[in-house]
Amino acid sequence: MSTGWSIWVIVLTLTNLALVTWVLFANRKVAVDDQEDPENRTTGHVYDGIEEYDNPLPKWWFLLFILTLVFSAAYLVIYPGMGNFKGIAGWTSVGALKADQAKAQAEFKDTFGQYVDQPIEKIAESREALKMGARIFANNCSVCHGADGGGNYGFPNLTDNDWLYGGTPEKILETLHEGRKGLMPPQGPVIGEEGVKNATEYVLSLNGLEHDAAMAAEGKEVFGTVCMACHGVDGKGNQSLGAPNLTDNIWLYGSSREEIQHTIRGGRSNEMPSQKDKLREDKIRLVAAYVYSLSRQEEVQQ
Amino acid sequence: MSDRIPTREEQDGDGEVRYRMLYESEDKVYIRHIRGIYTRIRKYTGLPLLLAFFFIPWLNIDGHQAVHFDLPARKFHILWTTFGPQDGFLLAWLLIIAAFALFAITTWLGRVWCGFTCPQTVWTLMFIWAERVCEGDRAKRMKLDQAPWSVEKLLRKGGTHTIWLLISLATALAFVGYFYGIRDLVVDLATFSAHPQGVFWVGLFTFATYMNAGFMREQVCKYMCPYARFQSVMYDKDTLAVYYDTRRGEARGPRKKGTDYKAEGMGDCIDCYWCVQVCPVDIDIRDGMQYECINCGLCVDACNSVMDKMEYPRGLIRFTSEDELETGKTQFARPRLFGYAAVLLLMIGLLAFQVVDRSPVQAEVLRDRGTQMYRLSRGMVQNVYRVKITNMDQRPHEFEVQIEGKEGYDYSLRMQRGVRFAPGEIYSIPIRVSVPREQLKEAKHDIDIVIRAKDAPELEDRHRTVFIGPK
Repeated sequence: MSTGWSIWVIVLTLTNLALVTWVLFANRKVAVDDQEDPENRTTGHVYDGIEEYDNPLPKWWFLLFILTLVFSAAYLVIYPGMGNFKGIAGWTSVGALKADQAKAQAEFKDTFGQYVDQPIEKIAESREALKMGARIFANNCSVCHGADGGGNYGFPNLTDNDWLYGGTPEKILETLHEGRKGLMPPQGPVIGEEGVKNATEYVLSLNGLEHDAAMAAEGKEVFGTVCMACHGVDGKGNQSLGAPNLTDNIWLYGSSREEIQHTIRGGRSNEMPSQKDKLREDKIRLVAAYVYSLSRQEEVQQ
Repeated sequence: MSDRIPTREEQDGDGEVRYRMLYESEDKVYIRHIRGIYTRIRKYTGLPLLLAFFFIPWLNIDGHQAVHFDLPARKFHILWTTFGPQDGFLLAWLLIIAAFALFAITTWLGRVWCGFTCPQTVWTLMFIWAERVCEGDRAKRMKLDQAPWSVEKLLRKGGTHTIWLLISLATALAFVGYFYGIRDLVVDLATFSAHPQGVFWVGLFTFATYMNAGFMREQVCKYMCPYARFQSVMYDKDTLAVYYDTRRGEARGPRKKGTDYKAEGMGDCIDCYWCVQVCPVDIDIRDGMQYECINCGLCVDACNSVMDKMEYPRGLIRFTSEDELETGKTQFARPRLFGYAAVLLLMIGLLAFQVVDRSPVQAEVLRDRGTQMYRLSRGMVQNVYRVKITNMDQRPHEFEVQIEGKEGYDYSLRMQRGVRFAPGEIYSIPIRVSVPREQLKEAKHDIDIVIRAKDAPELEDRHRTVFIGPK
């Protein structure tokens, strides 16, 4: 804050402290009335003929008051409380947070750290590690990927063993560390509206979904000239680019005719944020192991 | 109220204003030792409670301390059960019941809690016993305090404070033991390996006990205790409390034993001041009922012993009620008391039922907020739930989850398996329930999610929830 405001705050604070002190000391005694009956002492206050009886408070009560005043004064010297004055202890809330974080890291170092040297496959065999991984997943990942990791519209399903960038432990770690930027460029301007419609029919046909055969045949041409660069000749995708497999009936943005047309015409861009700074290495390994285990959970008939 | 409050400042002869302080040091109360029926009652009610307080932590039940509030683990072992933070409402009920018990007993017997069982009173009287052992009774103690320092005074005072500190330390150890584990605490302290926090709390409670029972004493009841503030509204005219029978006692005055005092217009009170000298809160009960009075009955014992000496009938000061002093009868049966008693019994019954009925496994089912109402994938309709399981059993368990829904639907379930729940652990497992789309007839239908311990099928909890699909 600016110096003016700082002075304003300091003056207000100190004035308040001084006033409270004055009120306390000014009210610790009353003048004695000579006619006063010593057995029946009043404070001299009379309200509507009712006199206030003086039942003196204990001395320590008064001392407690003074103690609070001393505490306030000491607090204002040691901690920040007066404008821009930082306090002699140099305490800041950021510093306190950093200290707490360091303490937590030290505390959990053994808990999380014991897995740092293990390969992901091995971590995924430890029930305890998976439990921790699941908790971290629930707190950080499930907002987009769903509590079960089953994904949402625009967010990949992590349980179906179908990977955009690869499902090996190394690839999962890479995704978590660096994040991913998925981009399907808009093809509308390139292949025209006719091309978009035909390509859509062809993509539908690749997945055995209901389609117009004649348009699909046209679309195959379009696919061969434009789309196969990323999605491959057979449409099986390319994990090094993050280009999805278009033949397995697994959809990030829906499988209806309109949605596929929209995808081809306008493109899609998507981002998995990097977790490197948010989660530390030891936590990332636990989450990676949990994600690795997700596609290996069994489906049980009831 | 706009008038200025008139305050008067009287000038005395030399023009100086004299003042009176509104804060004054409290006078030390010296209590005369007295024996009698109420002192005995206090002994026999207080002693078992004291023994229980000091020795319960040393008992072990099912491999843990009989009463152990394990804060770091958030487990509260009380006798044969273990409570967790999720049982907070039981604690709330317990506190409400305690409050109502206090209301009921206060309505019936006045402040007997204060006089007979409150730790503040019990510890204060323990400390006064220590004073009497080292320094003698009231008159001697007053003299000793007035006397200049000498070797004898040093020894006597030193003895008192040594006993005080020992009692305080024992109290602090027992109290902290409820949280730390008494055996560990004693061993750790003896070997100087205790957690610094444990040492701090033991020190703090030692100091607090020493100050409270040694120096603060009746001031706690007068100035700090909230219960003392509002007990007066629970009194009615039939509440049993310590009263001085004014009609019988006045006019008070000294006399020789055996004289016909009534002819001289005197009452039974011989103005010996014993009732004042034994009073732990330093009041004169003959002034009538006062808010400081804690119904401890010491003045009753004192007056009765004097009446016995004088060969007058007992009960000049006695437990009685306003009603009895006026009409000669105490009305015991009254709506307020019955109301308290009924509510109290009802709540105790409910609490007991709740405690007995607690299932060692508790599950909550929440629909996952991170996904849409349902997911369509490869011809299946999927719903995602989070199942939060709390294992409140003393043993670790693995739980299986089962779906019980409508006949003819092929439910399948996918979840993290092999999760081992340590005793007291709470863990949330996401589960995915799927139904083939062609089977699903309605937009939503009820299913039961059943949680069962694998090694103990009797531990189960079920929750009804909704399965949502497309129309």
